[in-house]
Parts: sequence; structure tokens; C-alpha cells
Amino acid sequence: MTTGQELQVQQKREVEKKQESTVPARVYVPVTDIFETNAALMLALEMPGVDRENIDVKLESGVLTIEGTIDFTKYEGMYPVYTEYNVGNYARTFELSSDIDQERISAELKDGVVMLTLPKLEKAKPRKIKVS
Amino acid sequence: MVSSFSSPFDALFALQRTLDANLASGWLGAGTAGPGSFPPINVFQKGDDFVAVVELPGVDKGSLEIEAKENTIRIAGRKTIKYDENASVHRCERVMGSFDRTIAVPIQIDPDAIRAEMRDGVLALFIPRAERDKPRKISIG
Repeated sequence: MTTGQELQVQQKREVEKKQESTVPARVYVPVTDIFETNAALMLALEMPGVDRENIDVKLESGVLTIEGTIDFTKYEGMYPVYTEYNVGNYARTFELSSDIDQERISAELKDGVVMLTLPKLEKAKPRKIKVS
Repeated sequence: MVSSFSSPFDALFALQRTLDANLASGWLGAGTAGPGSFPPINVFQKGDDFVAVVELPGVDKGSLEIEAKENTIRIAGRKTIKYDENASVHRCERVMGSFDRTIAVPIQIDPDAIRAEMRDGVLALFIPRAERDKPRKISIG
């Protein structure tokens, strides 16, 4: 969430995987903001062109994986004459601390931005301690 | 063409390759605003007409301004990001600000018939070629 007057083009970064995939298509890293409130950890990921149905969020042994696939059938019958950016699916993985309430993870999509809310477990929330 | 592939992965790869091949071709030329300014634009040909596809994640439809005159199209707007004031930021990669870009297409277009569609952070501009610009069949009398 950097404030800038004039927006600049952010080059898309490709996913660097430990394993190579069998399909040659490229996958991009969604630009992400992460912030924390008292109740939850929030992630905002920019995945333009990804439909609500095509977002996959997984949390397995402390590793959060977000994948978004674009519907490229929309590009059928269209021949590019001038291009400045490439399109592809999105994927990103984060390592989380274990104090997330997995059951209550929720996701919201608006204008191509996925907002993930990862509620903290009760024990992980900050407590006010009164001085007696 | 992208359409003639059996596997969806092949189709995506083929699309990415054709996009790469046309990367910053001279098609838009040196208009009032050359390539490199925000937002990045892809232009496709679809039959006789053209489609400009622009990725604008996080930009509200209402804050977008699109104008067309003769063969120039102006896309301007503002991207705002707002989070809870009490939130502590761990990572911030997203950028907000204003943008204003004008492109000049090297064809005769029908500025009144341009149609804009915005979905999931992607803006599609359907730019019809002007009737007078379409090739005509000339019959030999």
C-alpha cells in the first residue's frame, strides 16, 4: 500500500518453484499486501481476470497456498496485435504461524483483488493485562 | 490463433507465446503517450474489430474515466487502497495513485460505438472499426 501520485507499471514476477511443472505455461506471483489486526491476519492479493470460482485457498501444516486460474477461453478468436503484458495463472505460498483458526478462513473478491481473512485463534489474540 | 488447441494448458502456453511475440510491437506507434506508462494494455484483433484489454486490479468502476475522440482513447482513473487504520502492515507491494493514459490507434474507429466492460479487475474495450475503414469488395463492372 505505497502511496504514489503517478502509477507506474509493475512488472509481473514469475513463480519460482522448487519443482518444475510438466506444463510449460507460466505462472505469476500476485502482488500482495499483508497486514494484521487484533482479530485476524489479512492478505490482499491482486489477481486480475480471476473469477470467483477459480480461486483456490489451502492451508496445510502452516503453509498457505493461494492459486488463481484465469479463464483464457475469453481470448479465443482474438489475435494479439500489440501487447504490453502477459497473462497467466497466479500462485503464491506463505508460511504462517500456527495460531490461525483454519475453520474460519474467509475470502472475498472485489475488482480482481482477493481479500483473505485469517482469524487468529483465541489464545493468540492480544490480551489487556490489568495492573492490580 | 489461440483457439485450435486441445489441451487447456497448451492453449494457455500458446496464448502466452503469441503475447510475447507481439510484445510492444509498433502497432500503437508513438502516440501522445508511448508504451511504458500505466496501465499496461494488450490489443487484440477480433474479426474486423479490436479489443483492448487492460488489467486494473483494485480500481473501482466508478473511479474510471474513458474518453474517445477520433482515433484516440483516454483511460484515466485513480486506484485507492484502504485498510483498517489499526492494522499493522507486514508486507506492502500494492501501489496506489492516479493514472492517465492516452492511446492512438492506427485505424479509423467509430468512437461512439466503443463499448467498455469491467470484470474482476480487467477492463475490456471493444473498439469497432469504422465502416469507412473496412475493406470493400469491388466488383468488376
